[in-house]
Amino acid sequence: MSSHDKNGLSRRNILTVGAGLAGATLLPGGFIMPAFADDKPAIGTWPAGSQGSSVTIGASVPRTGTYAVQGEDELKGYQLAVEHINEGHELVKKVSPKSKKGVLGKQLNLVVADSAAKPNEAVQAQQRFISENKAVMITGGTSSAVAVALNKLAQREKVLFVCGISGSNDTTGKDCVRYGVRQNFFGQTAAAAIAPLLVKTFGKNKKVAYMTPDYTYGHTVTKSMQDFTKDAGWTTVTNQISPLGAPDFSSYLLNVANSGADILINVNWGHDAVLSIQQAKQFGVLDKMKLVVPYQVPFLARETGGLMQGVYAATDYWWTIEDKFPLAKMFNDTFEKKFGYKPEWGAENAYISFLHWARMVEEAGSFYPPDVIKQYEKEETIPSLVGDVHYRKEDHQCVRPVVIVKGKMQKDMKGKEDFYEVVEIVPGKDLMQKPDEFGCKLGDYT
Amino acid sequence: MINWANFVSQVFNGLALGALLALISSGLTIIYGTLGVLNLAHGAMFMLGGYAGYVAYSYTGSFLVAVLAGSLFVGLVGILMERVIIRHFYSRPHEDQLLVTFGLGIVFVELVRLAFGSQSQLVPAPAIFSGITSLGFMFYPTYRLAVVGIIAVALTALFLVLYRTRIGMIVRAGIEDSMMVDALGINVYRVFMIVFGIGAMAAGFAGIVNAPVVSLTPGIGDDILVQTFVVVVIGGVGSFPGAILGGLIAGEIISITSMINPGYAYVMLFAAMTLVLVLRPYGLLGTRGRE
Repeated sequence: MSSHDKNGLSRRNILTVGAGLAGATLLPGGFIMPAFADDKPAIGTWPAGSQGSSVTIGASVPRTGTYAVQGEDELKGYQLAVEHINEGHELVKKVSPKSKKGVLGKQLNLVVADSAAKPNEAVQAQQRFISENKAVMITGGTSSAVAVALNKLAQREKVLFVCGISGSNDTTGKDCVRYGVRQNFFGQTAAAAIAPLLVKTFGKNKKVAYMTPDYTYGHTVTKSMQDFTKDAGWTTVTNQISPLGAPDFSSYLLNVANSGADILINVNWGHDAVLSIQQAKQFGVLDKMKLVVPYQVPFLARETGGLMQGVYAATDYWWTIEDKFPLAKMFNDTFEKKFGYKPEWGAENAYISFLHWARMVEEAGSFYPPDVIKQYEKEETIPSLVGDVHYRKEDHQCVRPVVIVKGKMQKDMKGKEDFYEVVEIVPGKDLMQKPDEFGCKLGDYT
Repeated sequence: MINWANFVSQVFNGLALGALLALISSGLTIIYGTLGVLNLAHGAMFMLGGYAGYVAYSYTGSFLVAVLAGSLFVGLVGILMERVIIRHFYSRPHEDQLLVTFGLGIVFVELVRLAFGSQSQLVPAPAIFSGITSLGFMFYPTYRLAVVGIIAVALTALFLVLYRTRIGMIVRAGIEDSMMVDALGINVYRVFMIVFGIGAMAAGFAGIVNAPVVSLTPGIGDDILVQTFVVVVIGGVGSFPGAILGGLIAGEIISITSMINPGYAYVMLFAAMTLVLVLRPYGLLGTRGRE
């Protein structure tokens, strides 16, 4: 019997081919994939992160510290979005028509870490999610200091960062990156939206005391408010800068009380806002001057027990706009059913940011980060919970309306969560600065 | 914002801030002085006092009951902590003591977060102290004025216990040389337990007395703990009068700097601590060799 068969293959050859095939399956997936994926080179966690039946999203939100309450709300928004995307919820299909179940057929898996609103903790956690979990997208915020740090991480690691709550002009301004996008309103748009109303309500030539948390968010929001009220003759008589998580505001408030200001613009956020407003009441400051909160804080009205009554604030979202926006109504209903309260803007921003990202990936047809980014940069008009919006290609900032609210008096509240009346919904287009005004240079795709 | 009225207001406010810091720090410093254990759970004790008082207040509506409950509860937690855990660490290295107290602090904070959530809780000031008082040169919240008085009384009581009683004498002797006290036939471990209880109680008392001034959150003790360390370092480790002096100095630094440049109020506090560490490492009223 000959050792060769009709095809000319020897037993020895078959063994060799078999060993080669077996060997090939042992090679790491990423090593052989590029040949099958449009010849795109591996980048960041792509394609390794999206080869299984599920993909991982890394979230770092503050669950302890000054911003803990807002972080929990934000996290609930992410959780609901993941649940809806995975089950192919009707609301997801309204925002992302191509979506079925999951994103490109893959289930989303959310991994969460506590950032305590500290940039180093957030970066450490996200670095772990990127290297160990091969996260295809990272998210989180609440603290622009964290957002700016994660922007830089995202650009370095080439993993998309879908920003959570961040109010600083720098996030999509001087610290913007190609690999970062932001949905929510920020210092510039908040100030541009609320300033005309404030001048109309309180008049020209007012003396203003500011309370500013000492980091990028505080400084840029205060600066924007000063810029937008300058022409009306509003002057800053004092700017009380305090560290994040100050245990007591008495010395700052004495300076405010003795400043002769007509208006107190409080930029503090999270528990700092709660405490500074409560203590402002204790020191009689709120009886002497009008309080304004230019960057509204989720749960502030609940936590300050009546002190927000009559106070103007700019915000991303307030649930009562559901009478104008059907998607908002759907979101409020499903959120409340699951978590037992009306969502605040942290949850709204988290939720819609995820749906927008899912849409971009579905439209791009790939998790390949440059393709997803280019999808954002097409500036397509897309639905959100506050009407149609688009992401600006030059700085990756979502052009979206700012909602101006005013704290309702107790007697006007229809229900225990009816804290604000919506005064105005200011369209986003005219609120935005010129794309290069804050020094944004996006950086490379690869 | 430097003008006469504001200056006087800030000096006064510094005194009020300092009084609170002095009370919390005195608890930390006598524990460290006597037991040699730096209690990193001290901030959590402060927080527990506030929450225990808050619970008592919600059931009884009495602020007095809240203060008693807050202090006694934390005193009890302190004693239990010493008996069950800390006493096993007296002979172990300082790093182990730091780690175990740090860990306990996290456990307390997270247990409270589990039970009450992160949202802030309010304990209103007692009705007789509500509102604002005019001091001529300034308006000041009445309750904060009361707090200065309450803390002065508490510090006096602590002083009397430490300097006018037999147990206080043993504690002070223990701070100087606990081995000698042991050799003299005094049960130094019983004293340790009592000191830990008293120190914790001081923090708990401060926590509930301070509750109406701030709103309670599980993390409320974290920032206070850092400031308390600064106070103890400035005043001198293990020194009760040092804690009071350090507290008042810290309060004044925060208040007066805020008037000149608010952004530097807390930075100056650390600058002052650094200065003390360089020039007088054992603290202003501390004893050489104890640092």
